[in-house]
Amino acid sequence: MADLIYASLEELAGRLGRRELSAVELMQAVIARTKAVDDRVRAFNSFDEADALEQARASDARRAAGREAGPLEGIPIGFKDVIAVAGQPLTASSRMLANFVSPYDATVTAKLKAAGALCWGRLNLDEFAMGSSTENSARHVTANPWDLERVPGGSSGGSAAAVAAGEAPAALGSDTGGSIRQPAALCSVVGLKPSYGRVSRYGLIAFASSLDQIGPFTRTVGDAATVLGAIAGHDPRDSTSLPAPVPDYRRAVADFAASGRRWRLGIPKEYFGAGLDPEVGAAVQAAIEEYRRLGCEIREVSLPHTRYAVAAYYIIATAECSSNLARYDGVRYGHRSSAAKDVLELYFKSRAEGFGPEVKRRIILGTYVLSSGYYDAYYLRAQKVRTLIRRDFLAAYQEVDAILAPTSPTPAFKRGEKAADPLAMYLSDIYTIGVNLAGLPGLSLPCGFTRSGLPIGLQIIGQPFKEAELLGVARAYEARTAWGERRPAL
Amino acid sequence: MSYEAVIGLEVHVQLKTRSKMFTRVAAGYGAPANTLTDPVVLALPGVLPVMNKEALDKIIKAGLLLGCDIAPVCKWDRKNYFYPDSPKNYQISQYDQPICRGGAVEIELPGAARNLMGEHKRIALTRIHLEEDVGKLNHGEGASLVDFNRAGTPLMEIVSEPVIRSADEAFAYLTALKMIMIYGGISDCDMEKGQLRCDANISIRPVGDPALGTKVELKNLNSFAFVRDGIAHEISRQVAVVAAGGQVVQETRDYDGLTGSSQSLRSKEMAHDYRYFPDPDLMPVQVDAAWKAAIQATCPELPFDRQRRLQAQFGLPYTLTSVLVPDPELADFFEAAAALGAKPQAAANWIANDLLRELGAAKLPLAQSKLRPPHLAGLVRLVEQGTILSNAAKEVFIDMFQTGELPEAVVARRGLKAETNLGELEQWCRDAIAANAKSVADFKGGKDSAINAFKGPVMRAAKGKADPKRVDEMLRKLLAE
Repeated sequence: MADLIYASLEELAGRLGRRELSAVELMQAVIARTKAVDDRVRAFNSFDEADALEQARASDARRAAGREAGPLEGIPIGFKDVIAVAGQPLTASSRMLANFVSPYDATVTAKLKAAGALCWGRLNLDEFAMGSSTENSARHVTANPWDLERVPGGSSGGSAAAVAAGEAPAALGSDTGGSIRQPAALCSVVGLKPSYGRVSRYGLIAFASSLDQIGPFTRTVGDAATVLGAIAGHDPRDSTSLPAPVPDYRRAVADFAASGRRWRLGIPKEYFGAGLDPEVGAAVQAAIEEYRRLGCEIREVSLPHTRYAVAAYYIIATAECSSNLARYDGVRYGHRSSAAKDVLELYFKSRAEGFGPEVKRRIILGTYVLSSGYYDAYYLRAQKVRTLIRRDFLAAYQEVDAILAPTSPTPAFKRGEKAADPLAMYLSDIYTIGVNLAGLPGLSLPCGFTRSGLPIGLQIIGQPFKEAELLGVARAYEARTAWGERRPAL
Repeated sequence: MSYEAVIGLEVHVQLKTRSKMFTRVAAGYGAPANTLTDPVVLALPGVLPVMNKEALDKIIKAGLLLGCDIAPVCKWDRKNYFYPDSPKNYQISQYDQPICRGGAVEIELPGAARNLMGEHKRIALTRIHLEEDVGKLNHGEGASLVDFNRAGTPLMEIVSEPVIRSADEAFAYLTALKMIMIYGGISDCDMEKGQLRCDANISIRPVGDPALGTKVELKNLNSFAFVRDGIAHEISRQVAVVAAGGQVVQETRDYDGLTGSSQSLRSKEMAHDYRYFPDPDLMPVQVDAAWKAAIQATCPELPFDRQRRLQAQFGLPYTLTSVLVPDPELADFFEAAAALGAKPQAAANWIANDLLRELGAAKLPLAQSKLRPPHLAGLVRLVEQGTILSNAAKEVFIDMFQTGELPEAVVARRGLKAETNLGELEQWCRDAIAANAKSVADFKGGKDSAINAFKGPVMRAAKGKADPKRVDEMLRKLLAE
């Protein structure tokens, strides 16, 4: 079973295709593994075993009927609990939506179903995707499979932990300021945030609409390409999705890897300053050396507005979230206070009881920055900073094909270590936030471990909508190293 | 001291689109509660809005009809406030970049008498923007229920400059605006169905003073008459306050049309901070010249332009055009009949009197009338040719209205033809002349009235179905032989 639960999607697709394995057998193995380890990892908010097996049987029936099978036919995929699957809970790890069941499919869900994938389990997160450790979940705290005392990162901590612990061969997460890449780094899996507009957001519970993007967690770069290929593309239900054709990412990655291409890779000097853990810095430097050995040209680049990124991010993201989360009012669905006597009390009490402290903090901050008289000083100025940050990247891309950086300044920290200090927690995303502000694709892949055995991630930042090249750069490194093949002892 | 009123109107008009503004679910009135909803309307977690192109087409058309400048790019903003009828607790609207700016509405003030045209003037517009409607609260005992059927219906806000000077002008403005919206197929503007809503900003100032007084916003003006009465009431209330040495307070007041009184809803200090910001879920829309031109091509003649043309082209009197023009279908009906050769004044009279009376009695919309322009044109022609007489024509009209048969068929079926044929009439005339030699001599001797002596026998022979004019003509012709 061990080979099954840690097999790549490519391998699983091969075995399913050769009928060496049925989707039901695979699903059973994943369920068994989850049951065996999730009492310790606690990646899942819930899973529906009967439904998963029913989907697996339907997949086997499709295959038996001779229907052409794509690379995801029969493959279980976990869902961060902010992505809608019809008939399944959609809680955002919040009390507010504790009993909410989605009546509709997100576009990515519908696409994965059409590709034959099995919708597997609801994965934990920081409430409404706000946080970097998954400790802000109203459900429970998810553990890092590499060290159960430590956090898996966040906000998509459940997705990263599940893939790292063999509880799902792949999972979907969402990334607003690093919420895919940072937990991927902390859990030693591959996490890809696509360019803003590459993947439909329809059916993704909004945190910050102009920054949110859905992306995959996988154990290999090739698998990330496979999942991206299935979920990417224009969606008439999402006006911010790009009306452009989707390249064949799997083929593109293979072609890039075979091309022996010598990329020009940029090293942003602002990403290697104070605050970077020395072991993380050393591992990333080693990865850079690996690229140099590959024949790539390594150049220092400057992203001078980086130091404003966190501030701009926390204005834009909180402003948008204060408005996006206004709909959770206890009127139509979700938590409704039983103590309310009139409509104002209904709002106050339902929201006071339904939201956790970090969500409230951000709603208050966002409400403040949008208030009359403050808009120009905060929101408008932050949007200008955002433009400057994007220009920094685009200027760098005049000289380089992609940018290499650490994903997270530190490896996984201990549970509770930063929970009392929101500002320290916000700095966990210091290297990832600029990518969201600029709308760029970014990927994290394993690039080493600390002496104490904690995973370290290398972040590769690509040019807008050039995910294929980004994946190619990542694959070139992955092919020469074996960091992604280590498994946590569970 | 005498005062003048300064009034600006904010009119909300629902656009007549098939689907809602940001999703495919149908828009409409009168469906069972909460049936015109979907995940987007209900603001379920994860949904996104997508702009309805028809709504943009319609507001651009409204802007073109009113002579507004159409913005080359229009963006969407969120207006944030909590209320149970608002599913997202923000409304998607347009804040600093409305799609239409400027423009004007031509209005007609009441004339000195009903049959006299009143003064025309132009009320300048500030802006028109697009937003989404909210749901409807139904307050019952112990519970308030929300119906989201209306939520997400495209809603246009038309803001006038503060250039309206009286309650009558406000009434005329709404009347003219409604006519234009109906002409453009933009909205039916039925206030009872909430398709048109009006708020008024009212202040007073000493006549001749260029400075503006403190304004009061008047809400809940839910019929045209209430708009007029509410404004008149508010003007006199403000004048009374100032005359008593007081000051008008900036506030929002609620007008109760049934009691003709108003009360304060909220003061300026309680004004909302809507925290507007650009909606990140929607992309700005570019309105290029080709799009505008395509909509321009569908713009009809404006109602007052049409009224002036009907008077000039067909010689119709003001009273008739003021019946025909407000309803474009009625005016179209007239023009179609006239194009088929009907004598314009006669056709217009039939429409304004008989057709409207019959439609009213049968409670039918014009579109369902079996009597169409060809029927009317045929009828007018038969009367003009003398084929039927006017009393018979009324009978034919009602018959056509009920059966939809063409007038010739009705005349034949009911035997209403004025005379069977000219040969018969000639024979009757010859018989009458032959029977009365004295009158023939008198007539030929110069006594013109002697001709009347022949008419009685002819009419008797024709059993009353002879056209007196034709009988007269025929007799004169025969007597001249």
